[in-house]
Amino acid sequence: MNIYAIRAIYLFEMARTWRTLMQSIASPVISTSLYFVVFGSAIGSRMVEIDGISYGAFIVPGLIMLSLLTESISNASFGIHMPKFTGTIYEVLSAPVSPFEIVTGFVGAAASKSIILGILILATARVFVPFEIAHPWWMLAFLVLTALTFSLFGFIIGIWADGFDKLQVIPAMIITPLTFLGGSFYSINMLPPVWQQITLFNPVVYLISGFRWSFYGVADVSVGLSLFMTLMFLLICLFGVWWIFKTGYRLKH
Amino acid sequence: MHPIISVKQLGKQYASGHSALEDINLDIHKGEIFALLGPNGAGKTTLISIICGIVNPSHGGVTVDGNDILTSYRASRSLIGLVPQELFTNTFETVWATVTFSRGLFGKPANPAYLEQLLRSLSLWEKKDSKIMALSGGMKRRVLIAKALAHEPKILFLDEPTAGVDVDLRRDMWNLVRKLREQGVTIILTTHYIEEAEEMADRIGVINKGRLILVENKHSLINKLGKKQLTLHLQTAISALPNGLDHYELELTGNGSQLVYTYDVHAQHTGIAELLKTLNDHQIDFKDLQSSQSSLEDIFVNLVREHA
Repeated sequence: MNIYAIRAIYLFEMARTWRTLMQSIASPVISTSLYFVVFGSAIGSRMVEIDGISYGAFIVPGLIMLSLLTESISNASFGIHMPKFTGTIYEVLSAPVSPFEIVTGFVGAAASKSIILGILILATARVFVPFEIAHPWWMLAFLVLTALTFSLFGFIIGIWADGFDKLQVIPAMIITPLTFLGGSFYSINMLPPVWQQITLFNPVVYLISGFRWSFYGVADVSVGLSLFMTLMFLLICLFGVWWIFKTGYRLKH
Repeated sequence: MHPIISVKQLGKQYASGHSALEDINLDIHKGEIFALLGPNGAGKTTLISIICGIVNPSHGGVTVDGNDILTSYRASRSLIGLVPQELFTNTFETVWATVTFSRGLFGKPANPAYLEQLLRSLSLWEKKDSKIMALSGGMKRRVLIAKALAHEPKILFLDEPTAGVDVDLRRDMWNLVRKLREQGVTIILTTHYIEEAEEMADRIGVINKGRLILVENKHSLINKLGKKQLTLHLQTAISALPNGLDHYELELTGNGSQLVYTYDVHAQHTGIAELLKTLNDHQIDFKDLQSSQSSLEDIFVNLVREHA
């Protein structure tokens, strides 16, 4: 195991975060805070409780999940796409590192950034909205698992994309709508029966539901199913990354 | 002594069907400077890229110090440093950060003292905290060399190292290469500048259209394929060669004012004395004469033309 290489990639990627602190951390924290100000404090105070939870508190897990998903994808896709774009990927490909070590470095750094961001948003939310976390370890487990899974997904997107515009396509066109429609701002039980069935095809529903359960002990779908679906997506992403290195897809001729 | 790099029947065919390399067999000896010459698109960079692990071979194999580049890639790659042809740099990073990254990537523990000495030897120490984007093209080239040497490799690939750099930097790089060779580093360079190969290389390989058409010691190559020419500047221009000079390899140039005689440098009997006597017999006077030996460039051009 080339531990030095993992460390080098990890620290190199994390250094980019500290260098671009405003863009990497401050910007998502500020925009999410605005959601809490508007939906939590301003509008939320006039909304009815959902499953016995105040509306402001209800949207906390969904909003954290929204940032976690988009930032995990964005961090990881940019992290691997940048060296591809500038050509510096030659150094990684010619180094004595295994695919596992490359992925651990890049994805580990992307997931770390997202987790830090998630915790910061959580702390910020607590300023605006009072809430308790019923299962803190499970909350942390969902946070880490989701950050890891979607960082892997972002890594795949970063390899696949042949331009910076394509990096934004999937987060903007697919992930954000799925998160908004996945129960960030409402319980899926509030939807008409047909839409309740349709929305179960949205994988983000399971992430948000499981994450919300870890906060308040209530969920739209069973927590076991949430965990199972998250792990399934993790496995799919791991298979995708394995296939990329096996075939050299868009990495090696 | 086994070669430090051994390439056996190596071939590369791209998905488009383009065959970049065909059955390359090549041994690189430990401690030598090997220059790979070839026109654009000849396959030089593809060959280097395969050895370094950036491109997958279609068939054949390569070993580096006895380690197969596919099955023992860790051992083989850790011995190699690569300076790419293009200025691929982490624009937003500092010089120090990027060389530290390179050392770690190749599995070496931090060694600030070594990196400092390396940057000093490349006149980069004063720029260690500068962002790469703020450096000139020549300095960026030095950074790439520092990155390639950051993990103390035993083999250094220089792909067109002096393309687009000024004369001073080129001389600096040649000195660096010689110094590395003295330290036992094996150097493989590709270049368009024949002068560079002539100046530095121990052995020359010529590649054209994906085929290695020649591998030879530089001096024996020049001796074997080199020609000598004697140019006579005539007192009075002539319109044609007089009879009796047909058996000499003569060429009339400069609107009849110069006679160029090509002869075998190794022949015991060059025929120069007889030629001069014959010219005198024909009352062809000359005001000056000069001899020249064909350069590596002439040899290279002729070789590539022959195999075109």
